[in-house]
Amino acid sequence: MPITELVCISCPLGCPLRVETDGAGRVIAVTGNTCKRGEDYGRREATTPMRTVTSTVGVTGGTAPVAAVRTRGEVPKNKIFAVMEALRGVIVPAPVELGQVIIPHIAGTDADLIATQRVERREAQEENQFAE
Amino acid sequence: MDRELVIIGGGPAGLAAAIAAREAGVRDLLVLEREKELGGILNQCIHNGFGLHTFQEELTGPEYAARYIDRAQALGIPYRLSTTVVDLQRQEAGLAVATVSKGEGLVQINARAVILAMGCRERPRGALNIPGARPAGIFSAGTAQRLVNREGWLPGKRVVILGSGDIGLIMARRMTLEGARVLCVAELMPYSGGLKRNIVQCLQDYDIPLKLSHTVVDIRGRERVEGVTLARVDESLRPIPGTEEELDCDTLLLSVGLLPENELSKAAGVALSPVTGGPLVDESLETGTPGVFACGNVLHVHDLVDYVSEEAAQAGRSAAAYLQGKPSAPSRRDIPLTPCGAVRYTVPAFVDPARMPEEVTVRFRVGRGLRGAVVTVRAGGRELLRRKRPVMAPGEMEQLTLKRQWLTGDEAALEICAQEAKEGEPSCQ
Repeated sequence: MPITELVCISCPLGCPLRVETDGAGRVIAVTGNTCKRGEDYGRREATTPMRTVTSTVGVTGGTAPVAAVRTRGEVPKNKIFAVMEALRGVIVPAPVELGQVIIPHIAGTDADLIATQRVERREAQEENQFAE
Repeated sequence: MDRELVIIGGGPAGLAAAIAAREAGVRDLLVLEREKELGGILNQCIHNGFGLHTFQEELTGPEYAARYIDRAQALGIPYRLSTTVVDLQRQEAGLAVATVSKGEGLVQINARAVILAMGCRERPRGALNIPGARPAGIFSAGTAQRLVNREGWLPGKRVVILGSGDIGLIMARRMTLEGARVLCVAELMPYSGGLKRNIVQCLQDYDIPLKLSHTVVDIRGRERVEGVTLARVDESLRPIPGTEEELDCDTLLLSVGLLPENELSKAAGVALSPVTGGPLVDESLETGTPGVFACGNVLHVHDLVDYVSEEAAQAGRSAAAYLQGKPSAPSRRDIPLTPCGAVRYTVPAFVDPARMPEEVTVRFRVGRGLRGAVVTVRAGGRELLRRKRPVMAPGEMEQLTLKRQWLTGDEAALEICAQEAKEGEPSCQ
């Protein structure tokens, strides 16, 4: 039976987990954990590990050359590089709003890529320099 | 120009302090920020994991900052961008804040109270005594983070990272996602100071080796880094001859610690802690210089921004109370908080039982990892608090709540102790 060895990240204890799965990817047993959260983490991480991907995209005509982005929700871990490939070279015009969808369902996942940073149009910010 | 309250720094600490001060009734205040926008270091921390305590959701740094920026703007809190404070001096009444900006040149602001919220900066190469050449291609991890996340530049293609602090781990992942090859993260100590979550999600996810008890003993290259030499270190952290390993790389990132940035505090005569490098403060987060308060990473380096926001809000409320002439008990008597066992320092460093509120949050860090730990607060032989902690780590800030009702006011000192239960009863007096 395949065994996956993990370090639990649910709390600072960092228990060493051993997750035993059958050939079809079903979890048979989690050992090494000291709490229920550890077991849940072990099951999830050994079968369907998920991650939020964060990066940047280019911006034209803005007060910054790039805007930060993230997937809204997590994507399968094995899709991380597909997400990065899909956002590489993407350039959006300013202004960029917080939460603006940059790429819907990025890389065929359920998650939209959204902006996590505002970028104003270049002239807009100059007036704002002294907002007293 | 005269202001009741000036807040130096528009990052998470300065924003939360300004919001709390305004909400406590301070009308005449001003935030000074040297960058061209508010938000501080959060603007370049584009990864997620911020705000779980405060907002019960996982935000990225810029999103967390935006919550506070929006609140500050809704309250009409005035701020100045691209404005650097170059000097801070006590004067007859209050403080003189000297600022420089491109638009207005040198401007002095007279303030009745000041909140220090300047944050921290990274320990540079010069503080490490790494021998070797001085070519281009050596960056602090935070500088690389700024270049990648704010400026849109990739500072190198083959990277070695020295130091396994969280910024180094985060940048190992970030550089990898952007197409660089991160050869390894070398850590001098036998353990990483970074969070477990970052070890797993930034290194293991990308098969980046973490080499504990290793350091850089040589840097090669004339114009640009061409390679570094790693060596294993012994228990006293000295490189072991014969363990050297040559790595070809064009970039070395340093993630070797953060230092509170207190040049202005020193100029104003604020007394600093030799342990944290930040001001010594009482329970209201007031420094030894009357009317000067401190919060956030300039006070002590935090692990979570949520705690920065909490602490800064307290500094804002304290500054408001100071300006409004509230309680100021006549006979002030400070009781020192004495770190003992594995506790390295506490914030605050003093409490005044006459002035303190019902409850005071005491934040501290331990200097070594503990399992099966016991945290105690004692006054002489009297135990005021005993709490079990399954695990404590140097990388994580701890806190406890000190209650006024426990104190008689006659205590010579309060000992804040953390040690493993098997070490027996606290013996540090």
